[in-house]
Amino acid sequence: MEHKVIDVGDVVIRFAGDSGDGMQLTGTLFADMSAIYGNGLSTFPDYPAEIRAPHGTVSGVSGFQVHIGSSKMNTPGDFCDMLVAMNPAALKANARWLKRTALVLIDTDSFDDANLQKAGFKGNPVEELKIEDRVIVPAAITSLTAESLKDSGLDQKSIAKCKNMFALGMACFIYSRPLDYVYTYLEKKFSKKHPEMIAPNRKVLDDGFNYAANIQAIPNTYSIEPADLPKGLYRNITGNQATAWGLLAASEKSGLPLFCGSYPITPATGILEELAIYKNLGARTVQAEDEIAGICTAIGAAFAGNLAVTTTSGPGLSLKSEALGLAVMTELPLVVVDVQRAGPSTGIPTKTEQTDLNQVLYGRNGECPLAVVAAHSPADCFDAAFNAAKIAVEHMTPVVLLTEGFLGNGSEPWLIPSMSDYPAIVPPYAEGEGPFHPFERDAETLARKWAVPGMKGFEHRVGGLEKNHRGVISSDPENHELMVAERAEKVERIAACIPDLKLDGPAKGKLLVVGWGGTYGHILSAVSELRAEGRDISFAHFDFISPLPKNTAEVFAGFEKILVCELNCGHFANWLRSKMPSCDIRSFGKVQGQPFLVQEITGAIKREL
Amino acid sequence: MATYTAKDFKSDQEVRWCPGCGDHAVLAALTRALANVSGALDIDKERFVVVSGIGCSSRLPYYVDTYGFHSIHGRATPISTGIKVANPDLSVWQACGDGDALAIGGNHFIHAIRRNIDINIILFNNRIYGLTKGQYSPTSKFGTITKTSPYGTVEEPFNPGSLVLGAKGTFFARSLDSELKLNEEIMVAAGLHEGTSVFEVLTNCVIFNDGTHKDISDREVRADRTIVLRHGEKMIFGKNRDKGIMLDGLGLKVVTIGENGITEDDILTHDAHMEHIGIHLMLADMKGPDFPVALGVIRDVKAVTYATAVREQVEAVTAKSRIKCVDDLLRSGATWEVK
Repeated sequence: MEHKVIDVGDVVIRFAGDSGDGMQLTGTLFADMSAIYGNGLSTFPDYPAEIRAPHGTVSGVSGFQVHIGSSKMNTPGDFCDMLVAMNPAALKANARWLKRTALVLIDTDSFDDANLQKAGFKGNPVEELKIEDRVIVPAAITSLTAESLKDSGLDQKSIAKCKNMFALGMACFIYSRPLDYVYTYLEKKFSKKHPEMIAPNRKVLDDGFNYAANIQAIPNTYSIEPADLPKGLYRNITGNQATAWGLLAASEKSGLPLFCGSYPITPATGILEELAIYKNLGARTVQAEDEIAGICTAIGAAFAGNLAVTTTSGPGLSLKSEALGLAVMTELPLVVVDVQRAGPSTGIPTKTEQTDLNQVLYGRNGECPLAVVAAHSPADCFDAAFNAAKIAVEHMTPVVLLTEGFLGNGSEPWLIPSMSDYPAIVPPYAEGEGPFHPFERDAETLARKWAVPGMKGFEHRVGGLEKNHRGVISSDPENHELMVAERAEKVERIAACIPDLKLDGPAKGKLLVVGWGGTYGHILSAVSELRAEGRDISFAHFDFISPLPKNTAEVFAGFEKILVCELNCGHFANWLRSKMPSCDIRSFGKVQGQPFLVQEITGAIKREL
Repeated sequence: MATYTAKDFKSDQEVRWCPGCGDHAVLAALTRALANVSGALDIDKERFVVVSGIGCSSRLPYYVDTYGFHSIHGRATPISTGIKVANPDLSVWQACGDGDALAIGGNHFIHAIRRNIDINIILFNNRIYGLTKGQYSPTSKFGTITKTSPYGTVEEPFNPGSLVLGAKGTFFARSLDSELKLNEEIMVAAGLHEGTSVFEVLTNCVIFNDGTHKDISDREVRADRTIVLRHGEKMIFGKNRDKGIMLDGLGLKVVTIGENGITEDDILTHDAHMEHIGIHLMLADMKGPDFPVALGVIRDVKAVTYATAVREQVEAVTAKSRIKCVDDLLRSGATWEVK
């Protein structure tokens, strides 16, 4: 059989296996090497909550999907061109995501009776799953790995751990990936603690590559040319990393030391872990005894003059509610990052959703408004975190930054910006002489002034009790109503300092598709597909949720209908309805713990047209 | 050199505690102590921060003319922690009650102590919830009758001292609200101590728990039922200064000097600096009728403080790292050029 190398615009590859099979690493390596090769890409790690879920079961399958292409990739892709299935359960869990033309690489060694039974197969899995028409590439990956390393002197367990490299090697052959990046990675990972593991991993990788080249089972190989991306220096970045770095950038631009008080929680922990590294940039992190202590240490640090941050996910945010009210009342700058996951309660911790929006907008006692911003892609978490910090400091208010598990763990190539392109962040420090009145406000923004312990002559007290402008406790009815109104108006006036809502498409028409947060890539892809079919649709995506951009009503006025697509039961749609009751706002929601599929959105749009 | 008097630390706010409340005397001792500490450590007034949670005693920050933070129920400790870690040059003082620190804030309390955050916690222990008008607290005695325990409580109280020592606290002291001079002395020692200091003040709530500490605080019995411990001094107490504490096997016993051949030399000398908590725990746990209640600084030992360790780590890593700014960070690790 002749190998043909076919040029393709983009491919979607899903690596799937037991949660101990190293599929997250394999997928990450494949993504990173593709990024360095120059492809556009988007990734989607999809894994169970258990660290080592029951071996061989469908619920224990860990997957990592990579979408690479010759242009910028907006989504990790709905369906895959290749599935690597390390066991029957991985095949079963992912068969539904196969394209008609898909190639399925399976480790035949793991397709024994015991594993077939654990995955719930009675006979031939390919027949049972009705995927006979796909190109099945059987390879005895486990035994080939063992054969490859029989003279390595390694024990059976260590040898078994290398089999993901065999699969990676095969994938690299099929998609014409140069192996150099993996070599460098292996050197770096193992050189300190396990130098003896470098050579075996490298050998298995090479053997996998050569095996794929030699067997006659693979009809074609594919080439995905580098994307025509804007010139410059790039790196791959996950959303959680970008969030942490955006906060560090805000610390540098404001001259305020960064303080992060947090409690570990999936999927937000990565931000705390990342910040804990960068002590060299002045970041202080406290791993608190609980979520409440996390936010309260941050509030203390804000009072003491730091750029204060706490990071969490939905259940943690619930615990922080009372303290968030304290931050609203004391009017201290605070960034709260909520990496949303499927709820309620513990929900599905490793799966993505946008179901915390109502909690963030409404979930506190009293009249308690605060600013809410959202990130729309993994790399955008950098700008979103920077913006959140800038708003918090300059407007003296807590700001909630909403990201999602999908963004936090997902990654994309990022054109590295220069810090000189970012604006300064100017803390509104108290100045002058005379008694300091902590709740007197700036005429324009209504932000109060910030007096930090150590500043002579500005001694004052803040707290959860209502106060008057002078900072004296007051239960005067008129004063309370005035302060409530001023705190709300302060948040509203942030709108003057944020960019207008960008409209993609004509300013007038039948339908405006609206999204917020991590659904951006999927909605953009859906809208682009439908436009290619000749349909006239406009699209607007919100990075600022509260307050809304000041031109929102004006943009909406040009359309007969607005369709809000979000991963919840209509939180943002309701928020928009409450702000613009005369608009015809429809909702398309999904709550499966999974991102949208592009085809789901195109379907929803077509139904509205 | 900072030279202040107690008056400089008094704010112009009207003090709103009930007449006769024990908190008034604690506030008086605190303003004196702060003036004293500011001189001893050369800290200007604007570098003092007073933090509190919720409860009667938590009104205290309004009455002290420093930076102040009256926070939410139980959370004074993490707020103090954040302030101290953010700026280790501040002198942080915290006022909290028995409900605030040991019930709703119990978790934060033990963890601050475990971390040895350099904050000064004044624990006002009146064994009752005062601001919510009289419910039992985690320090109420077994059987205490209150609005929420009309037939008496059926739970054992915490002894704050053993809680602090169990968490490997580096400083614990105890006193009575009315002991103005002793309280000032303890607060100064707490202020000079590096690490978490916990000072339990047994306060009287005239409205909801009047006389709860009467069995040791009454003038007629105080000398016989309490002992003031001072480092390096003999553990002697009593109206006639003739009673003392001795080791008795694995425990302690009260003896009378002059009886059974016992002389002052046989009496234990208090060592607040001893690292092992054993004897401090026995002293903190002493109660009537067999023992006097220990007052004064029971424990004061040296250990690395959290904020200092954090600052040192920041400095050490900064000195070593090649990443000096965010631009360096963004360009670190694996990158590639699109030409």
